Amino acid sequence: MNEPILSIKNAVKRYGPVNALDGVNLDVAEGEFLTLLGPSGSGKTTLLSAIAGFIALDEGQLALRSADITGKPPEHRDFGMVFQGYALFPTMTVRENVGFPLKIRKRSASEIEKRVNEALEMVQMSAFADRMPSQLSGGQQQRIALARAMSFDPQILLLDEPLSALDKKLRADLQWELKDLHQKLGVTFIYVTHDQDEALSMSDRIVILKDGAIQQEGDPNTLYDQPRNRFVADFLGKSNFLEAAVVAGSGASFQCETKGAAFTLDTQTPCREGETITLALRPERLRLGLPGEEFVPGTVKQVSYLGERCQVLVTREGGDEFLVSRPTWKTDITPTPGLQVSIGWDADAPVVLAPA
Amino acid sequence: MPRVNEKVSYWMLVLPALAIMVCFYILPVLGIWEIAFTEPETGVGNFVKMAGSNAVKTSFVITFRVAAITTVGCLILGYIVAYAISNFATRLTPLMVALVILPFWVSVLIRSFSWIVLLGRSGLVNDALMHAELIERPLRLMHNELGVLIAMIHVMLPFAVLPMLTNMRGISGVYVQAARSLGASEWTSFRQVYFPQTMPGVLSGALLVFVLSLGFFVTPALLGGGRVLMISEYITYQIQEFLNWGLGSALSVVLLVATALVLLIAARFVNLRATLLERK
Ligand SMILES: Nc1ncnc2c1ncn2[C@@H]1O[C@H](COP(=O)(O)OP(=O)(O)OP(=O)(O)O)[C@@H](O)[C@H]1O
Ligand SMILES: [Mg+2]
Repeated sequence: MNEPILSIKNAVKRYGPVNALDGVNLDVAEGEFLTLLGPSGSGKTTLLSAIAGFIALDEGQLALRSADITGKPPEHRDFGMVFQGYALFPTMTVRENVGFPLKIRKRSASEIEKRVNEALEMVQMSAFADRMPSQLSGGQQQRIALARAMSFDPQILLLDEPLSALDKKLRADLQWELKDLHQKLGVTFIYVTHDQDEALSMSDRIVILKDGAIQQEGDPNTLYDQPRNRFVADFLGKSNFLEAAVVAGSGASFQCETKGAAFTLDTQTPCREGETITLALRPERLRLGLPGEEFVPGTVKQVSYLGERCQVLVTREGGDEFLVSRPTWKTDITPTPGLQVSIGWDADAPVVLAPA
Repeated sequence: MPRVNEKVSYWMLVLPALAIMVCFYILPVLGIWEIAFTEPETGVGNFVKMAGSNAVKTSFVITFRVAAITTVGCLILGYIVAYAISNFATRLTPLMVALVILPFWVSVLIRSFSWIVLLGRSGLVNDALMHAELIERPLRLMHNELGVLIAMIHVMLPFAVLPMLTNMRGISGVYVQAARSLGASEWTSFRQVYFPQTMPGVLSGALLVFVLSLGFFVTPALLGGGRVLMISEYITYQIQEFLNWGLGSALSVVLLVATALVLLIAARFVNLRATLLERK
């Protein structure tokens, strides 16, 4: 990575006994689309507020292009922010809202006019310039909030769950538009969401937070394919978890065993003979076969059709459950509850998780 | 036939209160109007006399001036109180709200007398100042407009605070955050973003205090000591001292009309319904 545009060092924020931020270290690259993802209460808003300057950190430093900004008031940071509730000023028209940051910066009237028009055009809202925010729909308000946050060419754009109040269809449309905008403008985006699909589809890089600490960071592919721990594997997409004993092997290939079923494991994670490891298996990497075809026998418990895919819940003796996701077009087996089946997977499918 | 029943029960609920209003309020007010135009003789004589009287003019000027200054004073003090309560959440917030409402439970008479004890020639304030040797002779803090204003502002303060408080509590802190992230200083955010949003509350409070002050009697009478004749006291004088029912009634009519005019003008700027009827 080149010199990061924003660098967060050991950020700590406490609210009484709660550590809303618990030693966060993060470098943000110039121009990237970075997503902070985590469940409710994981500290996403707190981290974003600390970056914006609304809350003071108890410990740690923030640097913008190597210059310390830890104690800088928000108005001098030059970061645009889009709030969850949009926070359009209700006493100002759309035009005045978008022009607000420019007026504050004492730009000339003609420049303000020009930039506001450009910003409104960018979000396709030129026709609404003279309305009041209360006369706009949620999606339209969202666009204006975006235009306002971008109109002064901020160094970084901070977005706190900007789409969470919108319905599903609109959300999908705006996701594309946001991504498009990011590419066109090349501004660094720091985007907060608790929606994993949103994070996966939009981000260059995802940071997963839990209890104020970073669990894992990486591009969507890596996070999905190589979750480091159980939390990440479970939070990002669905996973099956499996305890297995390492029976033999060395280097990158091991023989493992789980409740009588033996299988081969290819992994870069170092394992020791005799060790018990936890594996994560994505539902779409599981194969479903007739009894005896694969190595873990089980019984179908439930089936649910999701359009192009079909999810099958399989129990094996001893109570473990496996979720198998299959393309609906596969008709070699028609899973129905009670059917005897077997499950298998490729040697490189399981991911070895770090011990909890 | 549920509709009829509903109507009947509605009227049965409303009727007692309505009857009381009509008997003891509407009819007497109409009576006042009648007297104003019939005593001592039929015609607009009382109003002509009033228009020509310097004392009446002075009294109206004092009334509007006192009401206006009281309103401004209450707005400034009340704004600060309401702002503090709604923007700095601490353990003291409930106590502060209670302190704002508490005066409603103490009679205006008692509160006004308390001010006499405080502001009199040998009242607490003068005593303390003399003891501290800051002044040599007692200050005239009452029996003048200053005393009336001090007490009026105190009595009216809750009427200014409550609408502003309701209004400010509904304003999310996120607007000021947004303004600051867009580059505005704390002061600019307040002035350009927060303050405009509090205008409905400010106007409601102003209207309430102004209208109540116009007709206020107890406090000006006690602290003015007969030297600050606001219109309501002037009316009392006319009727009680001079038994001049005609002029007194005519003055009442004018005060009523003036107040109605203020409300009418204010209705263009303030949602009267919310201000006067839906108070919490
Ligand atoms: N002002 C505050 N006072 C006390 N505790 C707070 C405050 N703000 C946040 N917290 C606590 O800090 C933790 C992190 O909160 P934060 O708002 O950052 O979560 P979040 O990840 O944004 O959650 P959500 O997805 O629900 O918005 C939570 O446990 C929360 O209760
Ligand atoms: Mg949040």
